[in-house]
Amino acid sequence: MDDRRLEITMGNLLRAGVLLAASVVLLGGCIYLALHHSDKVSFHTFTTEDAYLRSMPGIVRSAAHFDTRGLIQFGLLLLIATPVARVVFAVIGFSLERDRMYVVVSCIVLAVLVFSLLHAT
Amino acid sequence: MTVLTFTLAVCAISALAGFLGALTGLGGGVVVVPALTLALGVDIKYAIGASLVSVIATSSGAAAAYVREGYSNVRIGMFLEIATTIGAIVGAHLAAHTSTHLIAIIFGLALLQSAYQSVFSSMSEHPVTAHCDKWGKRLRLGGDYPVDGKRQSYGVCNVPAGLGMMFGAGALSGLLGIGSGAVKVIAMDRTMKIPFKVSSTTSNFMIGVTAAASAAVYLSRGYVDPRVAMPVMLGVLGGAFLGTKVLVRAPVRVLRFTFAVIILLLAVEMIVSGFTGKV
Repeated sequence: MDDRRLEITMGNLLRAGVLLAASVVLLGGCIYLALHHSDKVSFHTFTTEDAYLRSMPGIVRSAAHFDTRGLIQFGLLLLIATPVARVVFAVIGFSLERDRMYVVVSCIVLAVLVFSLLHAT
Repeated sequence: MTVLTFTLAVCAISALAGFLGALTGLGGGVVVVPALTLALGVDIKYAIGASLVSVIATSSGAAAAYVREGYSNVRIGMFLEIATTIGAIVGAHLAAHTSTHLIAIIFGLALLQSAYQSVFSSMSEHPVTAHCDKWGKRLRLGGDYPVDGKRQSYGVCNVPAGLGMMFGAGALSGLLGIGSGAVKVIAMDRTMKIPFKVSSTTSNFMIGVTAAASAAVYLSRGYVDPRVAMPVMLGVLGGAFLGTKVLVRAPVRVLRFTFAVIILLLAVEMIVSGFTGKV
């Protein structure tokens, strides 16, 4: 396992993640359009959206119930997870290379990301 | 506006932004925000939330293509991400406490900078340094990249200053919902003396991780509205995909210049709207 193989595997993993996320968003978007296409919308003023769309458990729960907005939000959550997966994969890759310094570096980045995700949602 | 018209309009604008962004290498996020706020009157908080999500999509989606070219450096990227992710969280928290007028003005200034850079960056290439300085060596940041079929090695200098600039780039990304690739490239290319090709491809890798750090904050604050983010994400992704397909045949210089002019106009409009309180 060298740096280049590591990066290629990571790149393919990321693309697969994006495609999966985009498919979920597209599915949710199609259902949303089918149900609400002639509703009136305006985003001129910012109003905090429903609480269930702002927390991870809420998004997962509503997506499981095929709530359309929840489903789109779940796809976006998958997308946000792709870079996190990349860092997890870097930790594994550097451990296989027995590069202790960069295992620590990737772990710090991972810790910052996880802190942000848990702290915010 | 009905849901259908809104979705189609946002999707079309985002596809154009993604297409031009991929062709010129500037990324789409930087024009999505002004286009949504100025043309469709979307509140800037929804616009930056949707833009940040699309930034992750293009960064993660293009990673495989960049890696195959053999330019990006995973060690440099990972090490500097310590600074960009922390900066991004700080920036995202700042966004909540900054007035939308001020965000619009800062956004305009960031646009001006990237317009300037896109016109002038390709004109002056600095010579590649083969040796690392103290920190570059200790962190084993140096590498090699293909030049005319051969692998040329390069060194990395001024690591502490680069880290500081990366913190700034992260904060800007978190505040404005953009990838801030332009600032990342300056930090690597100009300050750390990393070859331009390596800087720009490594920057693409870093953009997604940086954006993920502030995305969670945006999500919890309600900036990511699925009804806005859905057409933006799908549009930018589709446009970017199309852009990479025609990249080989496109007149890149002309495009870069045209895009820079568009960005310049958007920048002025953004700053004026910020001052007059329209955004």
